[in-house]
Amino acid sequence: MRVLAAMSGGVDSAVAAARAAEAGHDVTGIHLALSRNPKSYRTGARGCCTIEDSNDAGRAADVIGIPFYVWDMSERFHEDVVEDFLAEYAGGRTPNPCLRCNEKIKFAAVLERGLALGFDAVVTGHYAQLRTGSDGLIEMHRARDHGKDQSYVLGVLSQQQLAHSLFPLGDTAKPEIRREAERRGLQVADKPDSHDICFISDGDTGGWLSEKLGTDAPNSGGPIVDGASGEVLGEHAGSWRFTIGQRKGLRIGTPAPDGKPRFVLDIEPVSGTVTVGPREALAVTGLRCIRPLWCGAAPTAPLECSVQLRAHGEEHRAVVVPSATGFEVTLHDPASGIAPGQACVIYERTRVVGSGTIASTLR
Amino acid sequence: MTVYLDHAATTPIHPVAAAAMTAQLGSVGNANSLHASGRAARRVVEESRETVARALGCRPGEVVFTSGGTEADNLALKGLYWSRRAADDRRRRILSTTIEHHAVLDPLHWLADEEGAQVELIGVDHLGRIDLAALKAAVEADPGSIALVSVMWANNEVGTVQPVTEVVEIAHTHGIPVHTDAVQAVGQVPVDFAASGVDAMTVTGHKIGGPYGVGALLVRREVQLTALLHGGGQERDVRSGTIDAPAIAGFASACEIAVKHQPELAVRLSALRDELVAGVMAAAPEASYNGDRVSDVGHRLPGNAHLTFPGCEGDSLLMLLDARGIECSTGSACNAGVPQPSHVLLAMGCDDEQARGSLRFSLGHTSTAADVEALLAAIGPVVERARAAGNGARGSAG
Repeated sequence: MRVLAAMSGGVDSAVAAARAAEAGHDVTGIHLALSRNPKSYRTGARGCCTIEDSNDAGRAADVIGIPFYVWDMSERFHEDVVEDFLAEYAGGRTPNPCLRCNEKIKFAAVLERGLALGFDAVVTGHYAQLRTGSDGLIEMHRARDHGKDQSYVLGVLSQQQLAHSLFPLGDTAKPEIRREAERRGLQVADKPDSHDICFISDGDTGGWLSEKLGTDAPNSGGPIVDGASGEVLGEHAGSWRFTIGQRKGLRIGTPAPDGKPRFVLDIEPVSGTVTVGPREALAVTGLRCIRPLWCGAAPTAPLECSVQLRAHGEEHRAVVVPSATGFEVTLHDPASGIAPGQACVIYERTRVVGSGTIASTLR
Repeated sequence: MTVYLDHAATTPIHPVAAAAMTAQLGSVGNANSLHASGRAARRVVEESRETVARALGCRPGEVVFTSGGTEADNLALKGLYWSRRAADDRRRRILSTTIEHHAVLDPLHWLADEEGAQVELIGVDHLGRIDLAALKAAVEADPGSIALVSVMWANNEVGTVQPVTEVVEIAHTHGIPVHTDAVQAVGQVPVDFAASGVDAMTVTGHKIGGPYGVGALLVRREVQLTALLHGGGQERDVRSGTIDAPAIAGFASACEIAVKHQPELAVRLSALRDELVAGVMAAAPEASYNGDRVSDVGHRLPGNAHLTFPGCEGDSLLMLLDARGIECSTGSACNAGVPQPSHVLLAMGCDDEQARGSLRFSLGHTSTAADVEALLAAIGPVVERARAAGNGARGSAG
């Protein structure tokens, strides 16, 4: 096959490209330029959007012996990922931009352009496994290394997208990938893993959001209220600085009457009211999800399954019932600190069934 | 088998120049040493200087060897600005054009940001030719405040030859010095330093069949320059650094050959280029040919063909041609590896889409009819495919 290897400049995508080439595919490396002003993004080897990362990716392509180009995806990334991220926070939700990027950029804009240019598939360094099921459909499963598994952020991919994807790292543990990179002479072998959000250079999400959303947003300030008594405990400078389940940084002067720590229970985006209360009040027993995306056939009947509600979060046993706008989830194991905007990814054993965006929670 | 159509980026070294260079690589001797080995190196350097001077129409003493075009441009612009301003503090304006190479534009921006220069970039017409009336008006508005004028001899992207003689006439009426970047012109069109009247001219080795990392600034004897690199003053006291005798020997040899063969090369390349353009337009009729269409060394570099393919990303075209062994350029600068729409095309009135959907094919001394045939065999399907991929890399969905 003729495949496009999306190379971030990190070790995983470099090894994935090398494995694809070794498997006999005709591989072309591409680095996605996602920043509209590359110099303003993260410096050093922390993120995935710097000039240094682009150079690292190009150098890895040289070592593997494949052509390499930089594709400017900055406009699409800004429209589909960054603006969505801002709108979600402005709406009092907590988005996951990595899922959004996979859904709209890596396996959409890049894949579409690649297919049009005569490529057959996109190969990435994500940790997940693809198999052909008994029904002939492509199934996506958790990576063998569960600690490194990234199937959660890929839960937005359709059958069509999966049919044009390759994840060569799904059967290998991360330490082995680093050793393999070293063996292959890839200079990125000991480069630290990327973390945080690639377009927020200093990792200060709250500060970045305040700068972008500014003081005009209705929720740029508001009261912090006790959920039980209704008492106003303080003021905040932007409800986007909070996420449900958060405990630190509330800066409430008066302690709770029972002396126990208080957590963010709710964020009202229009009034900017942030409600706090005890840990017990965070327990969630059900979810309503919208924007359903199915990896294969959509379920038509209630499905006994498990769900994962945040990146690297634990699995909860659940029943998923399809609805007109998406699906309802009843959790057998209650979850805590679940924020609307995050993705609910549905698993049958290790197989990803699909995903939805959490619209509201039942407590 | 590679089809190399990117001679404006760099052109293969001429075997005679490579031989001249390698002959020197084995010899010891610092051209500034007083002993026999030093004298031998100095002799090579000075003979090279005379060769360059002969080829380009200047005196040997007017040749300042540099590390290449970028350094020569920096030396000319900063050196002239500082020295002219030192003589008269009112001289802070620098007139140049919107289509200069970044080796000129970036130093100018630096001078504006850091050294109080007032840079005025004169526009061009849709062919990429400087607006002489605008230049004249800018000069005459206040000639006493102008430090220098810098106008390239020929544009590197679209190949338009600039009316350097007219520029010189306008500037010299008021005693203002003129610099020209002739990096793309030498070997392609006739270039004579003295006859042109310019005060400083940039030339470089690797664009004319010489080695990388060597070039020269030709500077009239009476023109004062402030030094950029200090540390020995080896080159006329305005450029320091141990003299690179092997590179200079290769450069001089290439210069001599390029200038000697320029007339016949121009005839041969013009014919090949016209064939290339006609063939591409036949395969992709919606394509447009940018720059000056007059196929004459007074108008356009004979090796340059610059085309826009509507609905295509230059990026996609380049990648698809590269996969077929055909090498060309989108002719635009990169910001962190991300191609930016060409400032030259934007200055010529193209919109962003047109600027991004363009390719430069440039021919040189090793180009053959087979190269053009290979391109013409590939270009039709490549354009079709690139158009199908559209501009999906940018802009809104769909």
